[in-house]
Amino acid sequence: MSKDAILGAIRRGLKRGPLPADQRAMLDGRLATHPRHLIPARSRVPRPEQIALFIRNVEKEFGTVARVADAAEIPGAIADYLAAQNLAPRFVLAPHPELAALPWADKPLLEFEARRAEATDAVSVQHGYAAIAETGTLMLPSDATRPTTLNLLAETEVVVLRTSRIMGAYEEAWDTLRREGTDATTGGIGTPSTTRNVADGRPFMPRNVMLVTGPSRSADIEQTLELGAHGPRRLHIVLLDDDAADPPAQAPAAAPAQAAPAAATKAPTPKRGKARTGSTAPPEA
Amino acid sequence: MVQVTSPAFKQNAARALADAGLQKALGKAKGAFLQRRAEAVARLPEFEALRDIGRDIKNHTLANLDFYLETYAANVERAGGTVHWCSTADEARAAVLGICQRAGARTVTKGKSMISEEIAVNDHLEKHGIEPVETDLGEYIIQLRREHPSHIIAPAFHLNREDWEADFRRMHTDLDPNRVFNERRDILAEARTKLRSRFLAADVGITGANFLIAETGSSVIVTNEGNGDLTQTLPRVHIALASIEKVVPTLEDATSLLRLLARSATGQDFSVYTTFSTGARRPGDLDGPEEYHVVLIDNGRSNMIGSEFQDMLRCIRCAACMNHCPVYGATGGHAYGWVYPGPMGSVLTPSLVGIDKAALLPNASTFCGKCESVCPVKIPLPNLMRHWREREFERHLTPATVRRNLGLWAWFAKRPQAYRIATRLAVGALKLLGGRKGSFRSLPLAGGWTEGRDLPVPEGGTFMARYAQQQRKR
Repeated sequence: MSKDAILGAIRRGLKRGPLPADQRAMLDGRLATHPRHLIPARSRVPRPEQIALFIRNVEKEFGTVARVADAAEIPGAIADYLAAQNLAPRFVLAPHPELAALPWADKPLLEFEARRAEATDAVSVQHGYAAIAETGTLMLPSDATRPTTLNLLAETEVVVLRTSRIMGAYEEAWDTLRREGTDATTGGIGTPSTTRNVADGRPFMPRNVMLVTGPSRSADIEQTLELGAHGPRRLHIVLLDDDAADPPAQAPAAAPAQAAPAAATKAPTPKRGKARTGSTAPPEA
Repeated sequence: MVQVTSPAFKQNAARALADAGLQKALGKAKGAFLQRRAEAVARLPEFEALRDIGRDIKNHTLANLDFYLETYAANVERAGGTVHWCSTADEARAAVLGICQRAGARTVTKGKSMISEEIAVNDHLEKHGIEPVETDLGEYIIQLRREHPSHIIAPAFHLNREDWEADFRRMHTDLDPNRVFNERRDILAEARTKLRSRFLAADVGITGANFLIAETGSSVIVTNEGNGDLTQTLPRVHIALASIEKVVPTLEDATSLLRLLARSATGQDFSVYTTFSTGARRPGDLDGPEEYHVVLIDNGRSNMIGSEFQDMLRCIRCAACMNHCPVYGATGGHAYGWVYPGPMGSVLTPSLVGIDKAALLPNASTFCGKCESVCPVKIPLPNLMRHWREREFERHLTPATVRRNLGLWAWFAKRPQAYRIATRLAVGALKLLGGRKGSFRSLPLAGGWTEGRDLPVPEGGTFMARYAQQQRKR
C-alpha cells in the first residue's frame, strides 16, 4: 500500500531497512525529553522586564493592553474599553469558571452570554491561558471553557490574562501546557487516551492551540500590511497584576474570585514587583 | 497535477519583461519584503545561530524520516484523527474527494496551501460538483481570475491595487458598482464581508500544514488573516494536506523553526496566527470539527532522499529566496511555469516533474548566491541548481549549439598553451575591431549577448599576459 511504498522508498534512499531497536529507543528518548534549542536572550530578563517586554511587543503588533491591579476591576476595564471604542456593551464570554466568578453585577450595563461565539457576535471575551513575552504572543488552547470561535468570529476580542501567566519564551509555555495538560483544575485541557505525551503517557495537547500575535491582518495587496482581515480587527488584553512577586499584602495564591473582596486593601504599587523566575502560584486555584 | 509550462521559460520571461503592469507590481512589492526581513533579522542577534539549528533539526528529521512519519501518524490516530498516505497526486485528490463525498459536501473552504496547488485539488472537486472556495485574500482573487499563485506566500504578488479593484467590481456584481475604494483596507473589508458567509456555509475545510509534529500528532498552520483558522474550525470536517517532509520531532523543534519562518517570510517577528491542531472535537468542546483528516502526500519527494537533492527537503517555504532573487524580481513567478517559482522552485520543480520538462529553470539563475545567504535552513540552492545543470548535460537535454560550444571551450581549456594563444588572438582582434568606441553594439556569433547589452572592448592584454608582466616587475 501507499504507506509501505512511501516508507520503503525513504528507507531505500537512506540505504537501510527499518531502524534497529537501539536507534528507535534513542529517538524515542529525544521525543520524551524534547530538548530545547537556543532561546533568544531578549526574554531572559527579570519578571518585571518580561512583563514590560510582553506589553511592548503586543503594542508593536497593534494590540492594546489595560492593566488592572485586582480581579474586581476587570468588568469595569472591559466596560471602559468598549465605551472608548464606541462599541455596544454586549459580548460573548468564555464559559470559564474564573471569568464567571468576576463581579459582573458591579457593571449592570454589561450584557453577556457564556458560550461559543456565533457570526453575529461583535465582541468576545476570552480567557488567556498563557502568554509569551518574546513576541507579545497569547497562547489560547481550546477546551470546554475556552472555545476557539471566540478567537475568530468577533470583530473585537478581549483577552483576560494574569501577569503570572506571562512566560518569557514559547518553550516555557509548552512546558506549562505539558505540566497542566491533565490537571482538571485548568479546565480539562487534554482528554485521557487521546493525545499522548511520549514522555510519560499523559495526554496534554488540546485539540487546538492558537498562538495569537496581534489582530488579524493581510499583506496580500501590494505586500503592504493592512489590519482587519478575517479574524478580529481589534485585540485588547486586560492584564491582571497577580505576580506572586508583588508586595505580599494579601495571600499570594488566592483565587481571583476570593481575592475580589480584598480589593479595598490592595497594594498601591503592584506593578513593580521584584524579579522572580517563573510563577509558583497555581494558575487557577 | 498543474500543467507544466516550464519548457517555455524563455518565452514566458520575455512576455513578463514586456508586461508593464507586472513590472510595476514587482517593483513595488519586492522592496517591502527585503526591508522588513532585514529589520526583523537585525532585531534578533541570534538569527544566524538559529539558521544552523534549523538546518540541523531538518537534517536530523530527514535522516530518520520513516521513524518520525510513523510516530506522527500513530499520534494523529491516537488523538482521533485519520491519516491518508498518498504516493501520488492522483491518490491525494481521490482521498480528498472521498472524504468530501462521504461528508455530503457541497462547498469546501480552503486555507492557502501550495501542496493543494501541486495536486490541483480544486479542479478535481469542481469536476465532481463540489465548490472549492479559496479564503486567503491573495488566493481568493487568484481564484476569481482563474490564475495560479505567482509567489508561495503572496499569491497575488503580480497584481496592482487597480487589478484588485477592477476584479472586485467585475465579480461582486451584487454590490453598488459606483462604490469607492479609497484605501487598500476597503478592498480587504469587502473580501471579509463576501467570505464570511462562505466560511459559515462550508461543509468541509481544507488547509495545508507548515509543520507536522511527531510528538503530539499535530498539524500547524501559520497565517496572518485568520482565514485558515476559520476554515479548520467552523466546518464539520477538517482536512489538512501535507507533504511528507513537513514533519518535525517535537514542539521545541517546531518552535525553533517558527522563529525563523515569519522573519524570513514577511519580516514579522511572529505571524498573527500560529495554530496547532490535534485530532477532532473533544468531549465537552463547544466548537471545532467532528472529523480530522490528514492527507499525507509524497508525490516524488521520497525519491529525493539519499540523492544530491535531499537538502531541498529542508525547505520551510518562507519565500526569502525568491524575494531576494534578481531573476524572480525581473520575471515574476508565472514565468517559471509550475507551482513553485524562484530559486527553490528551480531546484524542486525538476525533482517533482522531471528535468526533461524543467531543464531551463536551474539555468534561470545568475548564481549570485543571495538565495543561499538568506535561506533560513541554509539550503545550498546555487549548488543544487548546478547539480541539475550537470544532469541536464549528461542527459543530452542541453541545446546542440550550447553543447558544441562548451565542447570547443573544453578542448581549449584542457590545453593551456592553445588556450593562451587563442585568447591572445581574440583579445587582439576585438581591440582592433572595437578601436576607440569602447564597446560593441553587436558582434557576429555573440548575438545572444549583444541583444540585451553592449560588449566592452578588452583593455590591456589577457589575464595571463598581465600576470606574467607583473611577475617580471618584481
